[in-house]
Amino acid sequence: MTLQLALVAILVIAATAGLFARKRATGLRGGGIRLNSLPNYHALFVGLWTALPALLFLAIWAPVQSGLVEQAVLASPAGQQLPDFQMVRDTILSEARDIATGRIAAGFNPESNAIAPVYSAAYGKYSMVGSALAVLIALGSALLAMRLVKVDFRARSGVERLMMGLLVGASLIAILTTLGIVLSLLFESLRFFKQVSPTEFLFGTSWSPQTAIRADQAGSSGAFGSVPLFWGTAFIGAIIAMIVAIPLGLMSAIFLTQYAPARARAWLKPILEILAGVPTVVYGYFAALTVAPLVRDFGLAIGIESASSESALAAGLVMGIMIIPFVSSMADDSIAAVPQAMRDGSLALGATKSETIKKVVLPAALPGVVGGVLLAVSRAIGETMIVVMAAGLAANMTANPFASVTTVTTQIVQLLTGDQEFDSAKTLAAFALGLALFVITLILNLIALRVVRKYREAYE
Amino acid sequence: MIDTLIPTPTDTAEPAVEERTPKMSARDVKVFYGAKEALKGVSIDIHDDRVTAFIGPSGCGKSTFLRCLNRMNDTIPSARVTGTIELDGEDINSAAMDVVQLRARVGMVFQKPNPFPKSIFENVAYGPRIHGLAENKSELEAIVEKSLKRAGLWDEVKDRLNESGTALSGGQQQRLCIARAIAVDPEVILMDEPCSALDPIATAKIEELIHELRGRYAIAIVTHNMQQAARVSQRTAFFHLGEMVEYGKTSDIFTNPREQRTQDYITGRYG
Repeated sequence: MTLQLALVAILVIAATAGLFARKRATGLRGGGIRLNSLPNYHALFVGLWTALPALLFLAIWAPVQSGLVEQAVLASPAGQQLPDFQMVRDTILSEARDIATGRIAAGFNPESNAIAPVYSAAYGKYSMVGSALAVLIALGSALLAMRLVKVDFRARSGVERLMMGLLVGASLIAILTTLGIVLSLLFESLRFFKQVSPTEFLFGTSWSPQTAIRADQAGSSGAFGSVPLFWGTAFIGAIIAMIVAIPLGLMSAIFLTQYAPARARAWLKPILEILAGVPTVVYGYFAALTVAPLVRDFGLAIGIESASSESALAAGLVMGIMIIPFVSSMADDSIAAVPQAMRDGSLALGATKSETIKKVVLPAALPGVVGGVLLAVSRAIGETMIVVMAAGLAANMTANPFASVTTVTTQIVQLLTGDQEFDSAKTLAAFALGLALFVITLILNLIALRVVRKYREAYE
Repeated sequence: MIDTLIPTPTDTAEPAVEERTPKMSARDVKVFYGAKEALKGVSIDIHDDRVTAFIGPSGCGKSTFLRCLNRMNDTIPSARVTGTIELDGEDINSAAMDVVQLRARVGMVFQKPNPFPKSIFENVAYGPRIHGLAENKSELEAIVEKSLKRAGLWDEVKDRLNESGTALSGGQQQRLCIARAIAVDPEVILMDEPCSALDPIATAKIEELIHELRGRYAIAIVTHNMQQAARVSQRTAFFHLGEMVEYGKTSDIFTNPREQRTQDYITGRYG
């Protein structure tokens, strides 16, 4: 509560300081002198410099404070009597916090009721300290910033720099989050590779992650060769889905950019883009309930006895449909980027429309199309719902599209659902698979971006 | 050099429609972009032994008219063309005329050089390939060499035919585009401000080339540059606000125009 008040106080101080700075700058101008920056910039500069350091302090203080409060509680007489077992102690502490903040009336553990007042007192004390410090920082920086308001002070470029800083911060957050994701995957994967050798994982052809959880349990020893999973992933995502998506996506892009009248384009393009907005779970239902039985019946009808109701073909077909908008929108962009002059040049030589598209437009647009296809592949192999619902679980190394295969994402879901021991090789394997998938899609994306950029350089 | 390109007056003033059979003839050609009338009834003859220049201020319809002659306006969805245009007596807008055949006979060179992002050889070989003009590779090579020679580019590129056409200089690119148009052996070559994106030296080379190509092909050229029209053409048509104001021998148009508007334009009073 106190911290919220402090937040409001900081904003009020910043606004007031800004108004003062504006008044002062306007006063300076009153003498007929030309200011380097308009009064509004002085106001913005002072306001931002007042608020930002204090807000930054609050952001850092919040986690520090909860650590300090916990320390104070544990140091108190009631706190020292808490049981040593970490899990129980954490439960009691969290109950005490909920009682102290009024979220619950009484705790399940009797100890929590005893230490709640201690918790409450420590919390009150530290948030008071934190708020006071934050307000002091705001006042201090307001005073410092106010002293800068002079005739020749370049408030405008100061504000510009601050804005740049804000934007850099915003983009850093995305990058740092990615880094965090990679690191967390990496640490869990390292734990996995302590139990299973990387060579077995990367080159082994047998996947059967069932391990005995208890010593007396009968179970297979577990095999962690990921090759069948990556084969299944590539078979569905990079082969079958692309056989569907590349021709259909490319041809619809050609139709939309080259043949469709403006009115048809205005209707068809958004409809095609809706495909990209359909939740993948809906595609999953469609694959499992509609396409898979059709594919199985078709397989049986043409005499393939192994045709299963969960097949690579069903998952791949539906995934291909899902990917069409990605391919067609990238292809659309790069075809539209081919200058009209190029088309005219070909048409003026007596080439037909399709000759022009085949021999001039598509070759010129090819790098962009390839980039789009690579991005689509990287999306297809990371796709989860469709394959979970339609591809199956058996880790088969087969090129028979009517057989059931499994994919990396399906197995990750399998490994992590249900009650699992968190340090067994079985569970940790999910992280290693995730890391491998991440590296592959990252490489695909890098190649795709390079190809697309190269293309842009050639045409601008 | 420029002086030698100025045509010497040999015949007297003549009307836009002549007695003898023209290569192309346009009668009352109107072009509408949507509801806007961009060209208001143009009648003109183009003969195969001359260069015909179309001049006039921006937006006067000269490029629009040029694009009618090989039906490039077909590529603009809102454009509508009325009137008749004949090539050797055949109506080019009739159902019997195949637009692909028409464009093979009436080639075009554009304002901005637009070589394909292919090799120099492939740029020139493109047209002969799609029209099946060569039986085998050596015939194709012969066509490419002949076309590049006629376009005055052979000596500059003969050692690097496999390099990209887009890597050439602007003037070379434009001559490559001319070679590309020549390669399908057209009867008429339309040029839409072919020098407006080029420097003076490259421009002089193109003008020299036009001079050499005259007699082999009927040439119609749109230009903003009146000196250029005077240097390269034997007939000049002056367009203004979608109308063809005056058509006649180039020397007459520039020294003794019949119309006040032509007089005003060529003396630089507007445009």
